[in-house]
Amino acid sequence: MKADTKGVLTGLHFMDGDHSCCEGLLAAGCRFIGGYPITPSTEVVERFAERIPKVGGVFIQMEDEIASSIVIQGAVWAGLKAATVTSGPGFSLMMEHIGLAAMTETPCVFVNVQRGGPSTGLPTLPAQSDMMQAKWGSHGDYEIIAVSPNSPQECFDFAILAFNYAEQYRVPVMLMMDECVGHMYERVKIPSADEIELVERRWATCAAGEYLTYKPDADLVPRMAKAGDGCRILVESLTHDERGYPVITPQAQKKLVSRLVNKIKNNAHKIYKYEEYKIEDAEVIVVSYGITSRVAFKAVELARQKGIKAGLLRLIVVWPFPEKKIEELAAKTKAFVTAEMNLGQIVLEVERCAHGKAKTLLAGHAGGTVHRPEEILEVIEKAISPNSSVGIWEL
Amino acid sequence: MTQTLELKDKMEGLLRTNRLPHVWCSGCGIGIVLNSFLRALIASETDENKVAVSCGIGCTARISGYMNIDGFHMTHGRALAFATGLKLANPALKTVAIGGDGDMIAIGGNHFIHAARRNIDMLVICVNNFNYGMTGGQAAPTTTKESCGTTAPYGSFENPFNLPFIADACGAVYVARWTAFHVRQLQLSIQEALKKKGFSFIEIFSQCTELFLRKNKYGAGLDEMKFFKQNSVIKNGADTREAEFNSRNDKIVVGKFVDRERPDFKESMDGYFGKVLKDKFIRYEGPLQTKI
Amino acid sequence: MEIRIAGFGGQGVMLAGNILGKAASIYGNKYATMTQSFGPEARGGYASSCLIISDEKILYPYLTKPDILVSMSQEAYTRYINDLKEGGTLIIEEELVKLEPEPKNVKIFKAPATRIAEQVGKKVVLNIVMVGFIAGITKILDKEVVLKAILDTVPKGTEDMNKKAFESGYEYAVKNLS
Repeated sequence: MKADTKGVLTGLHFMDGDHSCCEGLLAAGCRFIGGYPITPSTEVVERFAERIPKVGGVFIQMEDEIASSIVIQGAVWAGLKAATVTSGPGFSLMMEHIGLAAMTETPCVFVNVQRGGPSTGLPTLPAQSDMMQAKWGSHGDYEIIAVSPNSPQECFDFAILAFNYAEQYRVPVMLMMDECVGHMYERVKIPSADEIELVERRWATCAAGEYLTYKPDADLVPRMAKAGDGCRILVESLTHDERGYPVITPQAQKKLVSRLVNKIKNNAHKIYKYEEYKIEDAEVIVVSYGITSRVAFKAVELARQKGIKAGLLRLIVVWPFPEKKIEELAAKTKAFVTAEMNLGQIVLEVERCAHGKAKTLLAGHAGGTVHRPEEILEVIEKAISPNSSVGIWEL
Repeated sequence: MTQTLELKDKMEGLLRTNRLPHVWCSGCGIGIVLNSFLRALIASETDENKVAVSCGIGCTARISGYMNIDGFHMTHGRALAFATGLKLANPALKTVAIGGDGDMIAIGGNHFIHAARRNIDMLVICVNNFNYGMTGGQAAPTTTKESCGTTAPYGSFENPFNLPFIADACGAVYVARWTAFHVRQLQLSIQEALKKKGFSFIEIFSQCTELFLRKNKYGAGLDEMKFFKQNSVIKNGADTREAEFNSRNDKIVVGKFVDRERPDFKESMDGYFGKVLKDKFIRYEGPLQTKI
Repeated sequence: MEIRIAGFGGQGVMLAGNILGKAASIYGNKYATMTQSFGPEARGGYASSCLIISDEKILYPYLTKPDILVSMSQEAYTRYINDLKEGGTLIIEEELVKLEPEPKNVKIFKAPATRIAEQVGKKVVLNIVMVGFIAGITKILDKEVVLKAILDTVPKGTEDMNKKAFESGYEYAVKNLS
């Protein structure tokens, strides 16, 4: 399905990541945002508020982030594509409804322009310290998808990618930006609508009387009907059966929650996305994502200039985590350096998947600014030094 | 007789009968509310395919699961915020939020006042049983003074909310209160509110037999119905400030208090954007039709 | 090439950076990345637009040692003068900035940009005069390319005034250099 020309601002722009993200959401067909202003994400909703009356859709500034994160789910069940946009403190308030979207299989997008935390932290400065929260923040077992852009261009591209994943797998998708990417200006190329491929909602095709809200297809994803279609849908936040009826038993829990998890795990090989740079002969592989991956690229180049065989694995999709890829690389390389703007989050995943076959080091940063390339280089050098041991952690 | 049979069939068509028996205790008033709501739907000839019921969490919030219409059992307190999304994304839906007092006015209080302020076109039905039933009888923001709850073991000393007054002050276009005793008036009130455009609010005093009544030794369900009957005064058009029910010694003021016209959110939005953006404004009409 | 354009909030330093970034990345066939830094005040505090223009992809997005500092206020000058690269270029609005402390080992260019802006029509085009002056002094971008970006950015109906502002700034720079 092609994008609707009405929402696509085709052309070349010099734009910041927040504005570009908004254009990406519009291009993806998002016609509803419920939001609450919070630095450094506010520009996304400000632009949406300005654009949407001229495109056809709804923007509503809700009373808080809790309301924002559920009003969009109402809009989705009424048939629209919808997103909300926030940053740290607001993201914390949205956690319950990320779980709701996972449980009720409501396709929607949560944009988090990350800033330094915990609590109010650094409202105007970047961090990547919500990465674990994005995966584990709501209670219970569930899976989500998270993508991490490293440029304003990617804020546009990945907003579309996020919606496509959301519709394909009927999960909440996290677009994990950060203040640096959100506020930096670069050239953004917006293609024409017919160059933008969108995944259509998986609408039910059976007769209205036969529709069951949670009967999955072979890939474990159920089809959707919207309110008002005459399907008498039952959308249930309690553990439920295929009809949407609550069933409070261990058996029903196992069946439902396993499916919610497996629909992502079984399809993970189709969801993973990463970029590799000079990985073939690398003795040290830097694993990075988002804005830090750009600096990591520079660090790898500096290392190569010094004769160190360094490479880069840049994660585009951070969740689900590319377990197999890390396992495979761990057998070939000597060390991983995880470069991220936090004090150690995704490095835990790298460590887990390396199974002790390669050293795992952290090039962490408490946030407030991005790493200097030299800071990552220093850890790369440490990684190849014979004195460093497996699992070394230095902040 | 035929008419009654026809009504019975219609009622059964609107129930997910394979889900019965329901979770509510015997003597509970929520079943009365369900009954009145379905009768009102039928009597008002509302297209049941275009009705969506949004609920939060609690005894009353289970109501959507028993109705054979589009139903949403969401998170605690958030029924109105969810319903706002439903309504704005599909203006053709008749959106109804039904819940208890704890759900709607404690944890969901913020959404309540803002949905009323924005005049979102929805019918909100709040079943007030003066305590938290599903979690075992804790005190609520509606608990009458000196009545006990498990978290107010010596009796409540806080001031309870006057819900019609809040709804009125926040701009609701229709405000009424009845009790589980007033089944006829309640049904007619729901019928009337279903036809209203804008934020309509009906509060229903209801008996929580196993917890609130038992704990406070107020008698059985039937005794509470008698209490409602004997202590209610019907005052249509009363100032909502008079609807205070602070203690069990107060009179229960019931009736239709507010019935007025105000442009709803969508009308305001469309009217305003049309005025300031002129031909640049693209009015949102609703989602595209899907295959079903 | 790293450029910092700094002044007080409301002077249009962001727009100036935006125009140069747009000129470089959309019309000039180069890469450009712009970040910003602000004081906490909405108006009147310091504001600075940080621009990197390069023939290669820009990986590190922030300034390290600017090649060019454009200062349009005293506070911006004192705040940023020590960051300027040795042998770098300092461009100031001469009526708004006194060279105190005296900068060492930098090339200094002064423009009466406020006065020029007033002659052109309005004080608000000060930033566009400065863009012209920067373009004329540094020659990092072709004149036409910058002008294109200006016309593409400014509000409809103000194109002529902005074009005049740009050209006046540019000419002043060329005269100043010769």
